[in-house]
Amino acid sequence: MLAAKLAVARAARVASRRLRRGGTTVPGRLLLRLDPRAIAALAPRLGAGSIVISATNGKTTTAAMLAGILEREGVRTIHNHTGSNMSWGVATAMLDTRLGGEELGLFEVDEAWLPAVARELRPRVFVLSNLFRDQLDRYGELAVLAERWQKMAGEHSGTARFVLNADDPLVADLGRGRPLVAYFGVEDDSLALPELQHAADSKRCGRCGHPYAYESVYLAHLGRYSCPGCQQRRPEPGIVAERVVLHGMAGSDLRIRTPSETVDLRLPLPGLYNVYNALAAAAAAHALGTPLADVATGLEGTRAAFGRVETLQVSGRPVSIMLVKNPAGANEVLRTLALEDGQLDLWVALNDRTADGRDVSWVWDADFEGLADRIGRVTCSGTRAEEMALRMKYAGVEGPIVVERDLERSLDRALAAGDGRALYALPTYTALLELRDLLADRGVAPRWSA
Amino acid sequence: MTPTLRVCALYPELMNIYADRGNLQVLRARCAWRGLGFELRGSTLGDDLDPHAHDLFYIGGGQDRDQIAVAEDMVGTKRDGLHAAADRDAVILAVCGGYQLLGRSYQLGEQTIPGIGLIGLTTVREPGPRLIGNCAIESEIAGGSRVIAGFENHGGRTYLDSGERPLGRVLSGHGNNGRDGGEGVRRGNVVGTYLHGPLLPKNVWLADRLVEAALGVELQPLDDGLEEAAHRSARRAAGV
Repeated sequence: MLAAKLAVARAARVASRRLRRGGTTVPGRLLLRLDPRAIAALAPRLGAGSIVISATNGKTTTAAMLAGILEREGVRTIHNHTGSNMSWGVATAMLDTRLGGEELGLFEVDEAWLPAVARELRPRVFVLSNLFRDQLDRYGELAVLAERWQKMAGEHSGTARFVLNADDPLVADLGRGRPLVAYFGVEDDSLALPELQHAADSKRCGRCGHPYAYESVYLAHLGRYSCPGCQQRRPEPGIVAERVVLHGMAGSDLRIRTPSETVDLRLPLPGLYNVYNALAAAAAAHALGTPLADVATGLEGTRAAFGRVETLQVSGRPVSIMLVKNPAGANEVLRTLALEDGQLDLWVALNDRTADGRDVSWVWDADFEGLADRIGRVTCSGTRAEEMALRMKYAGVEGPIVVERDLERSLDRALAAGDGRALYALPTYTALLELRDLLADRGVAPRWSA
Repeated sequence: MTPTLRVCALYPELMNIYADRGNLQVLRARCAWRGLGFELRGSTLGDDLDPHAHDLFYIGGGQDRDQIAVAEDMVGTKRDGLHAAADRDAVILAVCGGYQLLGRSYQLGEQTIPGIGLIGLTTVREPGPRLIGNCAIESEIAGGSRVIAGFENHGGRTYLDSGERPLGRVLSGHGNNGRDGGEGVRRGNVVGTYLHGPLLPKNVWLADRLVEAALGVELQPLDDGLEEAAHRSARRAAGV
């Protein structure tokens, strides 16, 4: 019976690919309609079990980094690498499983979908990195999501290994008092911010409600914290990133330390947020038994996932594409841009489709103020272009603010206005998908394939 | 002497979930562009509140857990101050969770979260989904009828007493409770609403009316081309 359902869903995937759709949604949805328990039914075909990666920010990149490390080790994976991360995205990827297969399932999973998907998949390893304020219209409040993750951690405690970010209090709390937990974290005070960023959310202790005291804040509410009320502290991480030097868009140097060894490496992706992604991937690979030197080699060979800091040549100008979708992520992109030289030329595309979140309030929580005097020109696009432009005006941008809702026209206007300098493109999720198709049509980026 | 808008933000580090900061940024920028002074103070858990020291009091929305702590503190330390501020016609702008706290109480299952009882309204968490989406209302707050656009996201249903008037009539969206067609509340210079997005960037004309009410001045127009385009964009999202 399962075989017949798989055949139908696989046929749908072939058809969907012919229609130049990515083919990552329809087949999985169809399969789950034919058999709502298909993920559970297919899970035993993953001979090496499966590993799930979830977070508000960095899922796709962390999964790509881990896949890169494991491929070099000769581990074959079944991976939803296009970032289709709801249950149907996982189901679509599982169409590639076969009876008696020896692959490892490597799935990034949407944070709201994770408890349900994990119940079906019964993963060996959970890699959980961060929970930030994101798309409140879709995910609801952070505290509610964290409670659902806490319940999930209870359901899998003792049977799965948890690789957790010690620096995020909400994520760290998932491992307290539980077995098979490995923590990772950053320890480098040269990276500390002067204060908690405005959009930081989990500022109060989950146990006693007292505000956390931060020794160092690294990113949003990630840092070294303790609770003056109940004395709960950040867990001591076993895998640490230290000696981090951020070189702007060029990437970062860092050292990864485990209790027994250290390794220095150059990460080709920029920003502290990618240091966290690399550290999560390293901790996961370490938990699977990969030697640290191989972890470093794998990370050094990482290529950006599409739209996660990728630089392309378009109409004679380097265009760096960086997805922005919530305040914490946008702040890290802005922090990375601040390390670039001179006046910056920006193109920002704010869409409000379902996958972006219909509520565009979040742009007021992102700290554009900090970069405003460096923005020489900004072109605003997308379904809510005018509101993005208004945000730029009130952030204090004094250079030209151009509004053009149509994505293609706005990109052409932005490209034509520059003098060969870099253009920094900051699209929300669905704007990124549109941009990808547009650049593929022009032959400057490969067509996305599933 | 140049008038200064003295703003007090209540619980700014807790009640800020829907980008409430944007409301304050709009007030600040528009004061600066007009040569008016702008002063921002915060009043958080445990702080008292001087009703005479501020012209405009602002409270935004928070996560449920934080809102419970805020409600207890507000009733304990700020209720009298806010009543006195309303009596002297200071502007009080309360958005989302803050709006709910202006009333008598918020019934959340078994739990009753107290309000400061400034306005005759109660909020109840009824069965059914959260009321989420783009929203546009028609309001008489500026004399003639004008549209206020924003985004609402609330589990609570708010019901006004018969003597209270809503801020506006729902053109698109859910409003106070999804039933009676009213959205928000307005009594004198006290304004409560579920609309964020944030509210004032999407409706700068409303920001100006509130500043005028707070300072008793008449403001000169600014070059609001981009502001009006953003307002139309928010209306379009709500289908109005």
